[in-house]
Amino acid sequence: MGVISAYPITPQTTIVEELSEMCASKDLDARFIKVESEHSAMAALIGAATTGVRTFTATSGNGLLLMHEVLHWTAGARLPIVMANVNRAVSGVWNIWAEQTDSLAQRDTGWIQIYCESSQELLDAVIMAYKLAEKVMLPVMIAYDAFFLSHTTEIVDIPDADLVDRFIPPYVPPVSLNFDEPRMFGGFFATDYFYEHRYTLQQATHEALRYYPEVCREFHGVFGRAYGLVETCQTEDAEVILVTAGAITSVSRIAIDKLRAKGERVGLMKLRMFRPIPVDCWRDVLGKARKVVVIDRNMSVGLGGVFASEIRSALYASDNRPPIYSVIAGLGGRDVTPEDVEGILNHVLTHDKPSDEPLFWGLKQ
Amino acid sequence: MQKMIDIPRQVLVEEELMQPGMTSCQGCAAPISMKIALKALGERTVVVLPACCFAVFVGGYPYSSLKVPIIHCPFETAAVVASGAAAALDVRGEKDVVVMAWAGDGGTFDIGMQALSGAAERNENILFVCYDNEAYMNTGIQRSSATPMGAWTTTTPAGSIKEESKKDIEQIMLAHHISYMATASAAYPDDMFRKFKKARQITGMKFIHLLSACPPGWRIDPANSIQVMRMATQSNVFPIYEVSKLRFSKDNQRFEEDWEYTINVFPERKVSVKAYLKSQGRFGLITDEMIDYTQKKVDRKWNELVQKQNNRISL
Repeated sequence: MGVISAYPITPQTTIVEELSEMCASKDLDARFIKVESEHSAMAALIGAATTGVRTFTATSGNGLLLMHEVLHWTAGARLPIVMANVNRAVSGVWNIWAEQTDSLAQRDTGWIQIYCESSQELLDAVIMAYKLAEKVMLPVMIAYDAFFLSHTTEIVDIPDADLVDRFIPPYVPPVSLNFDEPRMFGGFFATDYFYEHRYTLQQATHEALRYYPEVCREFHGVFGRAYGLVETCQTEDAEVILVTAGAITSVSRIAIDKLRAKGERVGLMKLRMFRPIPVDCWRDVLGKARKVVVIDRNMSVGLGGVFASEIRSALYASDNRPPIYSVIAGLGGRDVTPEDVEGILNHVLTHDKPSDEPLFWGLKQ
Repeated sequence: MQKMIDIPRQVLVEEELMQPGMTSCQGCAAPISMKIALKALGERTVVVLPACCFAVFVGGYPYSSLKVPIIHCPFETAAVVASGAAAALDVRGEKDVVVMAWAGDGGTFDIGMQALSGAAERNENILFVCYDNEAYMNTGIQRSSATPMGAWTTTTPAGSIKEESKKDIEQIMLAHHISYMATASAAYPDDMFRKFKKARQITGMKFIHLLSACPPGWRIDPANSIQVMRMATQSNVFPIYEVSKLRFSKDNQRFEEDWEYTINVFPERKVSVKAYLKSQGRFGLITDEMIDYTQKKVDRKWNELVQKQNNRISL
């Protein structure tokens, strides 16, 4: 690690505190710049990553929104920054609890996004993120739920540092800032170059889609835990496939098992990589189902659930287009229990067609 | 009458780190200032450029007119991008590199203020230079908080010329207890050269405030920009001085918050504030009351500066 830069925000604060401790005790060999805002946290990493060192930051909710401009900049500048984002609600009234609207509002920035269900997955995803980011020269955001993950404890296997060092060898930037061959970074691109620059950014996301499964295979070989672009659970013969992202996945597993025990052919697809969209992978898994139901702990106001909408788009050009049932649940950290998920699945099993509007599950009247 | 003092006449080094091809306006003081700055700082310099005129005329991809690395960055982030680069270079073990943020008055006084204040408070090891042309010139002459009272701009047009005084950026920076603060002007190139040399030797946050004439924005003949900047100093509107932080020493019981003020240029011949203002078309609509007020303010600031230099008073 070279440079860390971060600004505290609930519920990310524990990361800032822990990293401060690790830097102070020299357990982590890194410079920690304690900046005055999230905008500056990300901007400091422009300077650091351009200079050719490994970087990290973490934020949440409003902090991520404040970074928005710099997220576009860092992706466009092709800086392999890794960031943890604790998904937190954003709105005109305060709420500090879990919701994915913050990171989904950054989906057009060029940042790779990976959603996690557990603390173990989060730790592993951060390690893999460096390998991916430095290969394709794009920044990677690891997203996970406020409080359900950020403020709960879980037994986690912390991989051996030497093994991790071997898995992600020292970072050598393809183009580095040096004085023998002074270069200009992030300069003015007029109409004759900008369009092509944006195209190369899009191409890099395709490379990320191709390369990430390879990273996951290698990680599995070294550390024994398997990951992918998505994770599937009992989808092979499923008539109804439930799609989730983040911590709701865990409670959904319970509901799926319960309904399976009752003879219902239901399965689960957990979203992991959301940008770039693994279209082929989604089509392969979901194309076999009779119905697909997506639970969104987020909302694009005026549209509905973001994941549902994007899955609909991904399947549109496919031959197999099961109807998509869009469910919005758990906004602002409202608890979504296994019984809720079971209720949602029963709703889908008993309705032939999805409604035009998303189903707002558990809404108080 | 006192003349310029304590300025050893220097032959600026011959090495040019700024190359031809820059597309600035005629008479723009910013490239002249950069040329002097880089001569003093040398090739192991990283320049951080936020949105400003300089970021455009330094050269569009794939051209650059500077022979040092440049990191472009969002408008409001110059100080913190420089902080990140300085930290990373330190991690890389490149201790002899100086990172210079080079921002206009918008990227310093206004939109850049938060990141600048943060970097100053953390005493980041960077050199922050504001080339102050006293308005948003890159977007076409709109008022900034560095625009002086009585100035016309496209957002303070006839009928509503700027009524507020210019923000005192030098006092704001000194209030952050930074390691070094200086003003300089391309009208006094040897003084400017010496200050950049000095800043390079100092660890911690350095701030240099440059007055930077803008012929289209100031409504002056490009041939006169150095002359007008010299008048700014000769009228005491833009005093040339520097402030060094004195470290605690057992011998003289000074504390770190003690400051050494040095006025580097005393007016050789008195130029009135009115003559300075009237040399520029942008002050064509200024009222007599505004001129009178500005003269009084300038006199008071000058007297305070002389007093601070003589007394070595704290902030």
